[in-house]
Amino acid sequence: MLDSLLKIFSKEKSGKVAKRRLQMVLIQDRASVSPEMMNQLRDDIIQVISKYMVINQSDMEITLENVDDSVALVANIPVQNMKHH
Amino acid sequence: MSEVIVITSGKGGVGKTTTTANIGVGLAQRGKSVVLIDTDTGLRNLDLLLGLENRIMYDLVDVTEGRIPYKKALVRHKKYESLFLLPTSQIKDKSAVNPAQLIVLCDELRKEYDYVIIDCPAGIEQGFKTAIAAADRAIVVTMPEVSAVRDADKIIGELGRAEKDNISLIVNRIRPQMVESGDMMDMSDIDDILAVKCIGQVPDDEMVVTSANRGEPLVGNPKSQAGRAYANIVGRILGEDIPFMEFEKEGLFKRLKKALGI
Ligand SMILES: Nc1ncnc2c1ncn2[C@@H]1O[C@H](COP(=O)(O)OP(=O)(O)OP(=O)(O)O)[C@@H](O)[C@H]1O
Ligand SMILES: [Mg+2]
Repeated sequence: MLDSLLKIFSKEKSGKVAKRRLQMVLIQDRASVSPEMMNQLRDDIIQVISKYMVINQSDMEITLENVDDSVALVANIPVQNMKHH
Repeated sequence: MSEVIVITSGKGGVGKTTTTANIGVGLAQRGKSVVLIDTDTGLRNLDLLLGLENRIMYDLVDVTEGRIPYKKALVRHKKYESLFLLPTSQIKDKSAVNPAQLIVLCDELRKEYDYVIIDCPAGIEQGFKTAIAAADRAIVVTMPEVSAVRDADKIIGELGRAEKDNISLIVNRIRPQMVESGDMMDMSDIDDILAVKCIGQVPDDEMVVTSANRGEPLVGNPKSQAGRAYANIVGRILGEDIPFMEFEKEGLFKRLKKALGI
């Protein structure tokens, strides 16, 4: 009786806390890619976009970010001019 | 058809060597011929758990470097005659054996034995890469704790990258009392997180320690919950469909006795 009363007022159980924390941290772990791969990706993106636009390569940013419970590839690529064919 | 199984974990000390010894003895009890390979070079332990520490003449490195044929290095178990240990070197370091050498050796062993079980060192470095190279299937051992589960996930990722797709999970050192009170992750929590087929749930059991003391794995011992859990794991490896057991929780009386030290 006392036990169940205590349960109602106590915090979230540590087993559930563990699960929640693990689910968050594993999203990051699983998404983590090597710096070499990020550089490769960056070069490939530049190549593709440069077919259509003139971009400022030195100011561009590419990162992996956690959004809620998923991972997003966020790219910020300053465009200087369009290429006209 | 023979099978090469690697027992791995990522985090150290979660029970790889204990699991290897028990599965090996359990398969031998079921009439299978088994070679256990200790690849934790420099940290030899499997021999102790099997009670074979005084019978070692040669080691894995002697074999992989071609100094002696593997048959000369195998140590036959005293009680289970179809069980053999290939001990690791206690002096060399982890780079002493490479993946190609282990693949060659396991291909030889496949011709003669039903099962080859490889005890992997902790970590994801060279020793891990060597240990998994020859495996047809991997068993990942973890504990219901945040760091052990995180490292298990990492290992599962590494196994996937190495194209080892037959992966199953053993959760070791479960404490039913803590699971019941909500202070330890339960199997469904771990299932949700790791999404790998579970083939074993082993409780924390003092008899694991006493059996290690004696060098006699406790698989199949009906007096031990861990012993029964290991026997079930062996059955599942042999393809049997065995339901997971309910753990006995320590009753109030037993806990009281323990608290009073009687
Ligand atoms: N189910 C269990 N109940 C109680 N104790 C256990 C259990 N499983 C393992 N242990 C204990 O945990 C310790 C570590 O076990 P073991 O050596 O098998 O782990 P390991 O993963 O091989 O470690 P390492 O990474 O150092 O090789 C040992 O002292 C062992 O007796
Ligand atoms: Mg070990």
